[in-house]
Amino acid sequence: MDEFKQLDLRSLPGPETIRRQVLPNGIVFLGRENFSSPSVVISGYLWAGALQEKPDRAGLAAMTAASLMRGTQERTFEQIYESIESIGARLSFSAGKHSTSFSGKALAEDLGMLLDLLLEVVRQPTFPKKQVDRLRAEMLTSLAIRDQETGARADLAFNGLIYRGHPYSVPTDGYKETVTNLTAADPRAFHRAHYRPGGMVICVVGGVKVKEAEASVAQRFADWKSNGRAVQLELPGIDKLKGLHRDHVTLEGKSQTDVVMGVPGPPRSDPDFLAAALANNILGRFGMYGRIGDVVREEAGLAYYAYSSLVGGHGPGPWQIVAGVDPKNLDRAIELIRKEMRKMSTRSPSQTELEDNQANFIGRLPLQLESNEGVAGAIVNAERHALGLDYYQRYPGLVRSFTSKDILRVAKRFLDPDNMAIASAGSNGRPA
Amino acid sequence: MSGAMLRTKLRNGLEVRLKEIHTAPLISTWVWYRVGSRNERPGTTGLSHWVEHMQFKGTPTYPAGTLDRAISRDGGFWNAFTWVDWTAYFETMPQDRADLGLEIEADRMANSLFEAKEVESERTVIISERQGAENDPSFRLSEELHAAAFRIHPYHHAVLGDKPDLESITRDDLYNHYRTYYVPSNAVLAVAGNFKVGPMLERIRELFGPIPKAARPVYKPRPEPAQPGERWVEVEGPGETAYLELAYRAPSAEEGDLIPLAVLDSALSGASNLGFFGGDISNKTSRLYRRLVEGELAASVSGNLTASIDPYLYSISVTVRPDSTVEAALAACDEEISKLLNDQVREEEVAKAIKQARALFAFSSESITNQAFWLGYSEMFSGQEWFETYLDRLAQVTPESMLEVARKRLVPSNRTVGVYRPNGRV
Repeated sequence: MDEFKQLDLRSLPGPETIRRQVLPNGIVFLGRENFSSPSVVISGYLWAGALQEKPDRAGLAAMTAASLMRGTQERTFEQIYESIESIGARLSFSAGKHSTSFSGKALAEDLGMLLDLLLEVVRQPTFPKKQVDRLRAEMLTSLAIRDQETGARADLAFNGLIYRGHPYSVPTDGYKETVTNLTAADPRAFHRAHYRPGGMVICVVGGVKVKEAEASVAQRFADWKSNGRAVQLELPGIDKLKGLHRDHVTLEGKSQTDVVMGVPGPPRSDPDFLAAALANNILGRFGMYGRIGDVVREEAGLAYYAYSSLVGGHGPGPWQIVAGVDPKNLDRAIELIRKEMRKMSTRSPSQTELEDNQANFIGRLPLQLESNEGVAGAIVNAERHALGLDYYQRYPGLVRSFTSKDILRVAKRFLDPDNMAIASAGSNGRPA
Repeated sequence: MSGAMLRTKLRNGLEVRLKEIHTAPLISTWVWYRVGSRNERPGTTGLSHWVEHMQFKGTPTYPAGTLDRAISRDGGFWNAFTWVDWTAYFETMPQDRADLGLEIEADRMANSLFEAKEVESERTVIISERQGAENDPSFRLSEELHAAAFRIHPYHHAVLGDKPDLESITRDDLYNHYRTYYVPSNAVLAVAGNFKVGPMLERIRELFGPIPKAARPVYKPRPEPAQPGERWVEVEGPGETAYLELAYRAPSAEEGDLIPLAVLDSALSGASNLGFFGGDISNKTSRLYRRLVEGELAASVSGNLTASIDPYLYSISVTVRPDSTVEAALAACDEEISKLLNDQVREEEVAKAIKQARALFAFSSESITNQAFWLGYSEMFSGQEWFETYLDRLAQVTPESMLEVARKRLVPSNRTVGVYRPNGRV
């Protein structure tokens, strides 16, 4: 494969250019310099996520993350935002199932200020009642908007089908009924119980010396005493779907119907994950949405978007196909997509198709890793899933190692058009 | 890390902007055409956006489907945008593959096929794109609001076009639009990245030089008459959430009022970016956020001011909280705006707006793709000087000039008020 010869592996992030240190309290520092940039990016996570919520408190991890910057022992909401907005910086938090992530950006000379703020909001948030009440009203407005979104409703219904009884069926932003009951005491208790330095990751990438960045992090975060590593919950298993599981959410007055179809996919730690990612690229991403885009958009003209995605997080994230179609074309689009899934799981891709997709996976690395955000995201991803500091340098070799038979094998293992979930939302009537 | 820059024009009229950047092994190629929904007439609205779609549907050299494959195989990224004033295409490629981007752009500037079969298949895709947008209440409100704010100027209609037009536009309508506006003299080619200016220009001459010269199309839309008074438009639809949008007639990019209005927007609704690419800053210290969101009337508020060829709109969008009302949110907006009409903005607020703009400018210039964007963007509504002098002009804004602009622009007779009222049906 001569097309890969131009890629200089040494230019990719690796052990020579990434600094990794673990502080005594368990915080992992990661850093990489980029002096061609005037800015600095911080990115990372703590092990506090929606899996730690009780069912009647769904949305609590998200509320806690969104409350952190609404007041601390040192500063009010207004003072916090004045300090960053006045210098054009940003910092934000969001909760996922397993962890709460943060990301921030500032001009390089303001890294100290950004780290001061990060430390303050994760260690000393006060969850002022007035602020939390206001946030709850904003979350409820977002949920009312979500109720009207065909894509979001189809996705929720899909998760309900493939994760029946599993915590992945619960949306991270909760439900109206659960969020309504959350008070300031809830995020305060959640923070106290689950926000710990052990296992926290802080990655700094940009126009600062990496040793100085490390010292800046250590100086601020070293005295946050660990009270044990945050607990990573065991996920319950999920049963393989048997038969076609179908749901439809009727929403009046919508011009387009959204459909989500698929199965639970492999977690990132599954040895088949990367082969499945290649199969997914062939199925619904390569070029303009891969085979599904060719058939549903280009040939049949049924949809503006029709693509597949594979999440691959800590647990069995979804492997799904999403399309937005005219309500009258819904059934036809579903059948075309199922046909492509069947093809994918019964016939090996051609050597050319495989090589095209391998070339795409490898060739796009320089573009993905161009920005500070891209590099920080890649380093944090490697840390999160224990892929190793040399992962991106090994990656071209790993991608090239797969054969057409590997692709068929993983497609067969996961994609089954007769045993899957199909959820839609729009103005169509409920299917029989 | 940035090297030489070059600004030149080929004999056929194609403007070329080159910038060496040696920070990553990438090259980004952009072609900008001075055509958008502003160049459309009733009956064939949506033509420019549909032409953009057809530019991905093949030429004799690159038949439909092969372009995506070729770009993806090389690890590139490409996309296109249609706006009211312009249409832009870009490819960001690994440096040793960048020639493909140049070849594709030179090829489709003149040779796109617009095959009848592809036009028909794309018709349903375009209608599907519009249907997806219609699912969003804020699109429906915005479309009605523009129609009310512009009675005769083509900013009246959405870039996506009106559905009856999308159903009736013919292959020849599309092809004629393409042949009229996709000529070298109506385009700017901007390339940034890891190359040497000399050989790059030579290659551009080889690829784009042979494209025949054609007169730059002249299209002067009917100017919108002065607004005789406040307008009001209401949209009803499903859901539980009400939206409010205030759209003031704004100055064009070349009018002196634009930059003071951008600083007013920063004070009112948060850092203003005039339609730039990339970069964002939260707006929680802006006057309207404090009044509306902290005042528990709204879940969010944002402002939008875009540089445009003809006077366009400065709009303020509010998502109203279910326990509040559109009327209460509007009254609060009006009180905040009246403060700008009665008192000068404090020097600190002006200084903050300028700092935010500088940071946004720095962040949005970081990637090679964005740098190439910058080379062409301001050419679409003004010239490169507009971009080069932007920060200096911003620094010259004073509280006095802001007061003057506020009193001229932010008055009720200069605006259209749009309201989305949910009917409670789900």
